[in-house]
Amino acid sequence: MIADIDAARAAAVASIASAATVDDLRRLDADLLGKKGPLAQLKAGLGKLATVDEKKAMGAALNDAMTAVQSALDERRAVLARAERDVQLAAEALDLTEFVKSPTRGRAHLVTQAWERLEDVFVGLGFQIAEGPEVETDWYNFEALNMPPSHPARSMHDTFYVDHGAPGSTVLRTHTSPVQIRVMQAIQPPIYMVMPGRVFRNETTDATHLAVFHQIEGLVIDRGITLADLAGTIDAFTKAFFGTEFGSRLRPSYFPFTEPSAEFDIRTPQGDWLELGGCGMVHPNVLRAGGLDPEEWSGFAFGFGIDRMAKERHGVGDVREMYTNDIRFIEQF
Amino acid sequence: MKIVHSWLRELAPLPDDVDAIAHTLSDVGLAVESVDRVGATVAGVITARVIRTERHPDAAKVHRVFLDIGDGTEHHVWCGAFNMQSGDVIPWATPGTAMPDGRLIETKPIVGIPSEGMCCSSRELGLGDDHSGILILDPKTPLGVPYGQALGLAEEIVYDLDVLRNRPDAYGHVGVARDLAARFGVALTAPRGAIVASGASKSASVDIVAGDRCPRFTTIIISGIRVAESPDWMKSRLAAAGMRPINNVVDVSNYVMLETNQPNHAYDFDTLGGGGFRIRVAHDGESMITLDGVERTLTADDLLICDATDRPIGIAGIMGGQNTEISDGTTTVALETAYFEVPGIMKTVQRLGLRSEASARFERGVDPLGIETSIARFVELLRLTCPDLVVHDGFVDACTPSMPAAVTITVRPERVSALLGRPFSAVEISSLIEPIGFACRAEGSALAVSVPSWRPDCTLEIDIVEEVARMFGYDKLGKTVAKSTLAGGLSPVQHRRRRVRDVLLGLGLDEAMPHPFLTDGDLSRAGLSADAVRLVNPLVMGDDVLRTSLRPGLLKAVAFNESHRRHGVGFFEIGHVYPPSDAELPAEYEALCVLVAGAEAPRAVAVWRELVSAMGWGARLDQMKVPAGLHPTRSATLSAGRDVVGAVGEIHPDVLDAYEVSERVAVLELNLSVLLAGEPKVPQWKATSKFPSTDFDLAFNVPADVSADKIDKALRQAAGSLLVSLDLFDVYRSGGPSEGRSLAFRLRLQASDRTLTDADVASVREKCVAAASKLNAHLRT
Repeated sequence: MIADIDAARAAAVASIASAATVDDLRRLDADLLGKKGPLAQLKAGLGKLATVDEKKAMGAALNDAMTAVQSALDERRAVLARAERDVQLAAEALDLTEFVKSPTRGRAHLVTQAWERLEDVFVGLGFQIAEGPEVETDWYNFEALNMPPSHPARSMHDTFYVDHGAPGSTVLRTHTSPVQIRVMQAIQPPIYMVMPGRVFRNETTDATHLAVFHQIEGLVIDRGITLADLAGTIDAFTKAFFGTEFGSRLRPSYFPFTEPSAEFDIRTPQGDWLELGGCGMVHPNVLRAGGLDPEEWSGFAFGFGIDRMAKERHGVGDVREMYTNDIRFIEQF
Repeated sequence: MKIVHSWLRELAPLPDDVDAIAHTLSDVGLAVESVDRVGATVAGVITARVIRTERHPDAAKVHRVFLDIGDGTEHHVWCGAFNMQSGDVIPWATPGTAMPDGRLIETKPIVGIPSEGMCCSSRELGLGDDHSGILILDPKTPLGVPYGQALGLAEEIVYDLDVLRNRPDAYGHVGVARDLAARFGVALTAPRGAIVASGASKSASVDIVAGDRCPRFTTIIISGIRVAESPDWMKSRLAAAGMRPINNVVDVSNYVMLETNQPNHAYDFDTLGGGGFRIRVAHDGESMITLDGVERTLTADDLLICDATDRPIGIAGIMGGQNTEISDGTTTVALETAYFEVPGIMKTVQRLGLRSEASARFERGVDPLGIETSIARFVELLRLTCPDLVVHDGFVDACTPSMPAAVTITVRPERVSALLGRPFSAVEISSLIEPIGFACRAEGSALAVSVPSWRPDCTLEIDIVEEVARMFGYDKLGKTVAKSTLAGGLSPVQHRRRRVRDVLLGLGLDEAMPHPFLTDGDLSRAGLSADAVRLVNPLVMGDDVLRTSLRPGLLKAVAFNESHRRHGVGFFEIGHVYPPSDAELPAEYEALCVLVAGAEAPRAVAVWRELVSAMGWGARLDQMKVPAGLHPTRSATLSAGRDVVGAVGEIHPDVLDAYEVSERVAVLELNLSVLLAGEPKVPQWKATSKFPSTDFDLAFNVPADVSADKIDKALRQAAGSLLVSLDLFDVYRSGGPSEGRSLAFRLRLQASDRTLTDADVASVREKCVAAASKLNAHLRT
């Protein structure tokens, strides 16, 4: 009987070795190790053996044979599976540079991008953000900002007048500064606020000037605020927004709503000075218009253009391009 | 404002260091826009006499000029200016000349005839701003010599200053020199002479009728004048400062104004009617011809200088009249030096659009007490060319009660220190501002500061704080950071707006920013009410409508891109609109508009649903109310409670035609002011089940008048708590829009506590079918 077992085992191993596919192996698995397989049939013959010792010996031999067949199956299966996976992988080859354009993300307007980056920097410096109407009363746009009617500085603003209410009473805001007054009226100091928004000047447009553009304005009102605080805050902003290798300076200037007033310039790492915006200590008359006592509170304000930030960052040659809504422009960013 | 370096150094012993002076000017708030070297002769430009000029039938805008440079040859130049005549001497840039603006002069042909070089204007030679014609030189000028030599020009260094509204004094060289002298620690040596009269008593009468408009008017008679040329140094400084030298009397008048900031006007005394002045406001409609030869019609807001016979001879502070202009034969002048009220001058300047060097100064405010000094300086300078000059006794100085009062301000050193962030003592404050003319006197712990008459801008303590900071140096004040004690951050509305924008960008929409002004007709072409607020003074005629909707702007953007062969753009805009209102301001609010070209209404609904899901908004979609300008059978109004919050659907084909858009355009419009104000619902957690789920589909034939939304609601209600999801996955129409359609839904059921049985599923299915059939939606078999 041993000879029968050895023969069955040898035949099984040989047929496994010649199996060509994983499917063949699955069939062989059932045929060779199933209930009707050769080894199972031999096992059924064990009962006919005479002695216990014979039964034990034959049983052990059968188990050995089944284990051997099983491991032959496993080994062959692993080899065939590997080969089949290799064929599959080779067949699936793709050239990933065969790029077919599919729908893309939308793009935020360049001004929005600059606007949000500026807001984020000021939030990091502890500022909150306020907004106000674009159509304003003469009082908020001029009078409350220390520019009573016939004030000479009004001629510095080329104002769009709006046909609403009494003649001359309504304007498109020429700056974001009226929001300062609205903020002072709405909340009690301390105020650490930036006010971004759209502003309007009745000026002929060119590559660097728009009649409709955007500004961001800062207002700080607290006890004991000084001109040195203004210089330091401008510097902190400059370093946070442009980079630590940038510097800043203040130069005396004139605005009706601040005093002392200044222009602020930034110094590039190459050492060039660029004019950025205007600033100053909030004029006592402006604090009063906002309902605050200038002997108790002091503060500073600063402002500059947002469009220019976008223009400079992306090297846009003509600022008017940003408002053509030409998809060929939008897609570039 | 052009300030000449050599002139400054005559008024104060400043260092001959252009960089140091330019830097200091900026540091004290007199921003230097540029430092220019002018009057340097441009090599290659020589004097030439015009032999004759000729028109050419094929060249309308230029004529031919034939020039003689004294060597007998004739040179030909094409020229676009027509102000020269035969015999005039002009500067001629010979071929090969490099002009100050960088142009290289070449021999260029026009209609086939070459032009040898170019005739030059003052501006082209850097001699001033005049570019109205070619510079005509003295006819006695030698020919063929460098023009600079012929003009006696010296090179001058000029600081072009941006002088701000609050510094009227810096319109004169003395004012600028005063600030510099204080910073450099040197004494101001500007002349401060008194009027010395030597001649017989002779005066012009002065009658100030409008005393409020003319607080001070002075006149003095000067005789023995011989009209001649000015010395070269004076001509060269005047030219450098941007004024053309004319003759000694006019030049001295201008020179004194540029130096002291006090304008003056010399009248030929022999032509001054009645030998005197009368200062009054004009009669409405009264007119006069000013020095520039233009007839000006006046109103009762304008102040006139008249002669004693009441004949107008000048618009006060702005421009003199032609009738009393001094001529080559003038020997005696009545010199007017006055102080006019500022707002009145401003008003007339604005109304007439007439600006002059004098008005620029009067409308900012000159020194009412600087008159004597300027007259003394006038006499001193004119005597250089008129040795026989006689100043007549009888100086008339008429003042009215409107003369500005002297201003004294109480300044508290502790206040100065508190605002500047550094301690300043009374002594330190005095030492900073006294050199620029402020007088300080101790008054308890404070200072009584007298403001000099040339600084009308200083009226408050804060003005003095600024002067202290300016003279101390902003840069030396140091930098400290104001520490916010508040938590910085965006407001909830601002956060939500950013979220809306992120969702839209994620949906592949690009952000556009059209112009907020619309043209007449834009709104009605969009099918919207034309009722809108308008601009009084638009930049572009007709561009005067303040938008009441973002739609027209985006439609133009879609049309623009389509016309450039870019179809299928998807845009959104978040921006303000300004509908009319009876309130103090228009009913401005923030809106959102989405337009997707080449897409139908469902695309807009999909955007809306995505926003609803991201923002936790709730709104009803009402197709019975068609929003204006939208497709009547493919659009709906969006309402929340009683508020209409938006519109969704497709643009009306009529509107698309009007905007020349050929694609369908899906549209979503929302009132963000309302939607962002609401606290959004925060999604709450529901446990996911561990048990298997079961899916089944239901397809119904649904009548046309039953919305999918209604079926959806009925199925949800019928399926009850076992329903996990319900999706419409197919819509099939076999007939027209009135015949209804088939809607196929997929339902997924799952229990949180057990595996569902076939009976569970069958029961839900039965309830759903029953619920749908109540809406006349019958199961397709």
